[in-house]
Amino acid sequence: MPNILVVEDSPTMRQLISFAMKRIPNAVVIEATDGVDALKKLSSDIKIDLILADINMPVMDGLKLVSLVRGNPSFKDIPIIMVTTEGAEEDRKRAIAIGANAYLPKPIQTQELLKLVTTFLSDKSK
Amino acid sequence: MEKDTGYTSKADEFLQMFKKGEEFTKEILKENEKLRYRIVELEGSLEKSGDNARTRLYEDRIKLLEEELNSLKEKFKEVAEENKDFATKYLEVEEENNNLANLYVASYQLHSTLDFSEVLRIVLEIVINLIGAEKFSIILIDDKTNELVPVATEGMAIADAPKVKIGEGIIGKVAREGESFFAENLMKAGEYNPFEPIVCIPLKIKEHVIGVLSIYKLFTQKAGFSNVDYELFNLLAGHAATAIFSSRLYTQSERKLTTIQSFLDLLKDKPKK
Repeated sequence: MPNILVVEDSPTMRQLISFAMKRIPNAVVIEATDGVDALKKLSSDIKIDLILADINMPVMDGLKLVSLVRGNPSFKDIPIIMVTTEGAEEDRKRAIAIGANAYLPKPIQTQELLKLVTTFLSDKSK
Repeated sequence: MEKDTGYTSKADEFLQMFKKGEEFTKEILKENEKLRYRIVELEGSLEKSGDNARTRLYEDRIKLLEEELNSLKEKFKEVAEENKDFATKYLEVEEENNNLANLYVASYQLHSTLDFSEVLRIVLEIVINLIGAEKFSIILIDDKTNELVPVATEGMAIADAPKVKIGEGIIGKVAREGESFFAENLMKAGEYNPFEPIVCIPLKIKEHVIGVLSIYKLFTQKAGFSNVDYELFNLLAGHAATAIFSSRLYTQSERKLTTIQSFLDLLKDKPKK
């Protein structure tokens, strides 16, 4: 049963991504509204298998969240997919350099997102 | 002597008999040989006729199997074709599903609140995240001045969004006629002109236009519009208009109610003479 943490300040995007994740068998979506909220959810008892995070968020942005997750030995191996409006190549390179595993610019294609999530989840379960 | 003659005639007789026996045996042997030859001949012809029958049988079977193979090949081709159709249809259904999910979420969010500013925020979110617009404004008709007044913007200051008279320029024309506008070149380079949007969508309640959504720039990764974008524009034209209109009415009536309540409270608290 994979636990997917969706970190998004936009309720519309949170709902849309959660809706898409229903297509992944037995997936459980945990929602967070910003980086700080995401860190709280990561520290809870629920073991997170994958993180989908926006970049532009209040309180703590997605890039800061990625660097903190990668710096924590307990979470450093969790795959992180950035879902963001920042579509420039330098933004993608920066996110990957910090530790994101994949970068998906908005508006997202649900099929593409599902493919990425499925790939990372199956890689993790191997 | 008489005895000798008797022996000789008996020997002759025996010899005669022997000769006859020899001839008869020869004849039988000859006949036997003939029969053997005939048997061999018959056996040969029988074998030959058996081979022919078997060959005919095999040929028939091969023909039948070939026919069966051809029909199976034909069926396989049909099934493969059908499979291809199903795969294409599956992808289409998947895409349609995803599009419907987008529309459902957008519509759900639009009608999730009666707070005017919240509704405007949701419209902005939908246009940013689902359509992929970087610079745009929501402009509503002010019934008192009959002017289009910007109420929310993204990627630009609200002061930079133009106030437009109905019928004036692209924005005014869309508000008057209620027909969407799409520029031929969606990826205009250089500075944007606030009077020349690349997309302008009327916000309508039935045929009554309450405002427009004016898009000036799309994200660099957004090369053009797909079917779901046009569906989203249609949804925004109707549902965003209803949500904006009803939330504005609700907020106004709430404000009025608060004012009346305060007035009533004031009257109640007024000291009696």
